[in-house]
Amino acid sequence: MISRLLVANRGEIARRVFRTAREMGISTVAVFSDPDAATPFVREADHSVRLAGSTPADTYLRGDLVIAAAQQTGADAIHPGYGFLSENAEFARSVISAGLVWVGPPPDAIEAMGSKLGAKRMMRDAGVPTLPWAADITAAAEVGYPLLVKASAGGGGRGMRIVRDQADLAEAVEAASREAAGAFGDATVFLERYLDAPRHIEVQVLADSHGNVVSLFERECSIQRRHQKIVEEAPSPVVDEALRNQLGAAAVAAARAVGYVGAGTVEFVMTADGTFFFLEMNTRLQVEHPVTELITGLDLVRLQLHVAAGEPLPATALAPTIDGHAIEVRLYAEDACNGFLPVTGTLRSFEVPAGVRVDAGVESGSEVSPYYDAMIAKVISHAPSRGESAGRLAAALAASRLHGVTTNRDLLVRILREPEFLAGRTDTGYLERHDPAVLGAPLLDADAGQVAHLAAAALALQTVSRAAARVWSGLPSGWRNNPATMQRVTLNADGCEAAVSYRFGRDGAITMDVDGRPVEVALHSAENHVVDATISGTRRRYHVVIAPSGETVDVDSSLGASSYRVVPRFADPADQVAAGSLVAPMPGAVVRVLVSQGATVSKGDPLVVLEAMKMEHTVASPADGTVVELRVEAGKQVDAGAVLAVVEGPAG
Amino acid sequence: MPVLPDRVDRDAPAHAERREALLGLLAEHDRQLALANAGGGERYVERHHKRGKLLARERVELLLDPDSPFLELSPLAAWGTDYTVGASVVTGIGVVENTEVLIQAHDPTVRGGAVNPFGAKKQGRASQIARENRLPVVNLVESGGADLPTQSEIFIPGGAGFRDLTQKSAAAIPTLSLVFGNSTAGGAYVPGMSDYVVMVEGRAKVFLGGPPLVKMATGEVSEDEELGGAEMHARVSGLADYLAVDEQDAIRIGRQIVRRLNRRKLGPAPAASYSEPLYDVDDLLGIVPTDLREPFDPHDVLARILDGSEFDEFKPLYGSSLVTGFGQLHGYPIGVLANARGVLFAEESEKAAQFIQLANQSDTPLLFLQNTTGYMVGKEYEQRGIIKAGAQMINAVSNSDVPHLTINMGASYGAGNYGMCGRAYDPRFLFAWPNAKSAVMGPAQLAGVLSIVARASAEAKGAPYDEAADAAMREMVENQIEAESKALFLTARVYDDGIIDPRDTRTVLGLALSVIHNNEIQGRRGFGVFRM
Repeated sequence: MISRLLVANRGEIARRVFRTAREMGISTVAVFSDPDAATPFVREADHSVRLAGSTPADTYLRGDLVIAAAQQTGADAIHPGYGFLSENAEFARSVISAGLVWVGPPPDAIEAMGSKLGAKRMMRDAGVPTLPWAADITAAAEVGYPLLVKASAGGGGRGMRIVRDQADLAEAVEAASREAAGAFGDATVFLERYLDAPRHIEVQVLADSHGNVVSLFERECSIQRRHQKIVEEAPSPVVDEALRNQLGAAAVAAARAVGYVGAGTVEFVMTADGTFFFLEMNTRLQVEHPVTELITGLDLVRLQLHVAAGEPLPATALAPTIDGHAIEVRLYAEDACNGFLPVTGTLRSFEVPAGVRVDAGVESGSEVSPYYDAMIAKVISHAPSRGESAGRLAAALAASRLHGVTTNRDLLVRILREPEFLAGRTDTGYLERHDPAVLGAPLLDADAGQVAHLAAAALALQTVSRAAARVWSGLPSGWRNNPATMQRVTLNADGCEAAVSYRFGRDGAITMDVDGRPVEVALHSAENHVVDATISGTRRRYHVVIAPSGETVDVDSSLGASSYRVVPRFADPADQVAAGSLVAPMPGAVVRVLVSQGATVSKGDPLVVLEAMKMEHTVASPADGTVVELRVEAGKQVDAGAVLAVVEGPAG
Repeated sequence: MPVLPDRVDRDAPAHAERREALLGLLAEHDRQLALANAGGGERYVERHHKRGKLLARERVELLLDPDSPFLELSPLAAWGTDYTVGASVVTGIGVVENTEVLIQAHDPTVRGGAVNPFGAKKQGRASQIARENRLPVVNLVESGGADLPTQSEIFIPGGAGFRDLTQKSAAAIPTLSLVFGNSTAGGAYVPGMSDYVVMVEGRAKVFLGGPPLVKMATGEVSEDEELGGAEMHARVSGLADYLAVDEQDAIRIGRQIVRRLNRRKLGPAPAASYSEPLYDVDDLLGIVPTDLREPFDPHDVLARILDGSEFDEFKPLYGSSLVTGFGQLHGYPIGVLANARGVLFAEESEKAAQFIQLANQSDTPLLFLQNTTGYMVGKEYEQRGIIKAGAQMINAVSNSDVPHLTINMGASYGAGNYGMCGRAYDPRFLFAWPNAKSAVMGPAQLAGVLSIVARASAEAKGAPYDEAADAAMREMVENQIEAESKALFLTARVYDDGIIDPRDTRTVLGLALSVIHNNEIQGRRGFGVFRM
């Protein structure tokens, strides 16, 4: 029996494992890096141990520190989650030799599958179909183009390159090796035949130490960007019962071939005619395991812990059934419209409505750091049919309040509502056919929607400023006996500024214009972050959150979501310091001249040191710029007000 | 607590007629406001904007806390005169950094912001309000100084402005000058006498004499900047405490200064929570007759301006032509004297005198709702001592120390204007509804009196009386008096602090009550209350 479990991971998967552990009465131990110190998984653990540093190499990849943490806290088992040390056989061996329970497959199985090359040989021998491949890059021609350069120790799309022409091979191999070495500590790469836009189908398997190996059906993970899955579902819309049995049998054969124990995933690529090939086996819990859990009603982490404790699989797991359809999307902090560039910052709000499962590593107020994967949460729906599941998930995502960090939410919603997706025509080329920059465009209509949100933001801001008023707070907002001008607030949405002007009349009547265009507005109420208003003829409830600093406004409504930065009424005085000549503050002697004419200086750089009345005075540059004139040299006596130097800002 | 009933018949044709009539007057008022807001007209406004400058009201708006109210004072000063409506200056009370301040802003689009006799009067009144209510003063300066053609009317009395500034400072009422442009000659003493001075770089010009005058006086040749530029004053003369890079920056610095003034109100705080009136304020438009001969019941007004429409009436059965009682307005306790049927008799006068004394005993501010045609005349009343009774009331009003607020809701004639705390009795604020009139007596009565006197004089001389001339004289006089008793005429001369929309009465009074509580609220003590 396991009584205290350390999770050698972070974020959502650590929380996911902790949840089941808590349900089973197992106490929990977290390890955390410095950037993760304030994150929810650390707070939720019964015990936590700091791993000093920020990078994975310094922290979550340090098996020795993780084991030490387990010993320090009295943990008797380690769950590796996914990624990091989860497929590191050496680590698994260290865990076991330290007398701890390893919640994962036998190290030999990890090793066997961890070497993609070895695995391929083994699979071929076990009768599992494989794609043409070669370990030797000189054998590229035999594999045939297009081909994929893959990290042998890889996963998650890292260390992978597609090569369509021999000319590009060398460079791709080098890049993939470099990336693999950085990510997995192993630079070995191999070549594999690349199928253009196949489906990505994988089978969840579960094995115990009593000889039971069972397939928990397939998952379809075809919608990917840069080889990273973003939409996953179970069952696959194109797998029928017969195919499902073939896939299951192949997956079970693969697991048996390596003496697998625990939860694992056998990945296949599948062509349009249903022919499938072994791709690799992931010897760990998968990111997308929740879809399997939802359709089978099983808790895979619970089963992992039972198996790790040496128990046989229960009857429910040995005879699994499929109930309904589950879809998972991965919510990333990234800019889908800008090449999926990862985004960091403070997640001001993270609220997903009820009715869907949320496995999140973050909460409102969390920081998204640049050190780790940009996935902030998985949102999973379960419904009787695929269409309903997609609809429910899209609605939940659209109604989620996600602000502060750009996410791929709008892209996910659009995919879930897109006809080709709804028809089940998904393959790995989906996001090449559908431009993510178009599909990921804001759900909020750039014209009418934006105007409504700007209006709602302005109304909420005035409510807050009135509530904060310490005098005349009971008088009407912006009241004037001579209404000569309007109240005005300027909001900035992603670099675009819009001015909202408004004036409250009698009986809630409001005169408003957005960027000079009149908008018809009636305010019904504005409290507890909800602005109930009729804007341009339609009444809606706008959820508006204004940061305590007053600097940002986040608006959500049935129209979509938007975030604004409130443009300050007054420019920052620090930006307004007049550049130009620097004068001596008092009479004295020049002790040192620290720059030469023509030097580029930054604001605050010391330029000249004067001595007067036995004290040294440093004259610093008032702005970034160039020293265009230097009128003094060391030893020179100057009067108060004498020009010492002239700094000119960048032209323009 | 006694709650006033809703007695307004909104469906009555008379209600609709009265409403229409008052809306007509308000529309005219709005047109005049638009003229004031237009300042020197499109050409000058455009030129001003092109120079990167803000208009007077734009400067005020930027200075105020976002979404906070602003009460402009005397916006129609100089209406109907040779000067631009508004008298080339904006004055008002607003909130800056949660502090109530009095703001004065020259309108540089009107003759360079030069001060004319009406502007001087308007500024004098604003200055008085600041002093009485201990409001910090923020001057937004850009004025060429006195309007030279009318210097004889301004120069000598205008000096009081500078004296006022420094006397306020002596009374620990802070004064700020944000100088946006010219502030020359006498105007230089505005920043000169202020506690804090901010000048806009390259724009502010503060000197006693400009280059031409210096040349004439001493022969010295000089330039603007070296004589009185902002940089010079910030770096050399020290007259400027802060050098602002532009207008926005000057206003930002002004707000920063006010934030650190550490103002605390000397009067008690209002009730933390209170109810709004039960009835729609919009009804007021249909309650007030435009024909002043038609009385109306002030209870219907009180029901729409007092918190929760609650009114504790004092002495309701005695002297019922004047309503007195206590209530609360925007959380502030208030005593009310309101004319009910125009005429003040001895009973009403005594009741008023007693009530004013009571309010002084309890440090309760007083609200006078004027609608009076004056003290009763006639043999019987004179013999019963109406003068003595009226004198008691005027005595009480004059020597009362609690703050007074006056609204002229309709008529304010004769000595009734004095007894009901007219302008000469220094209410802290006095506002008029657009239908209001005020004069020594009604136009017809005044013309009639003149006619009778003339006729008697002719008779005494035994001369024949020219009836045609009499009729013409009466018509002329009646028209003149009618015109001169109108709200616009009076507001033009700063005999009130502005005409307000009756529907804004509660807001204006709430704001005014908050303002007066910047100073102590202390009634007069001495004798016990005289039972009249």
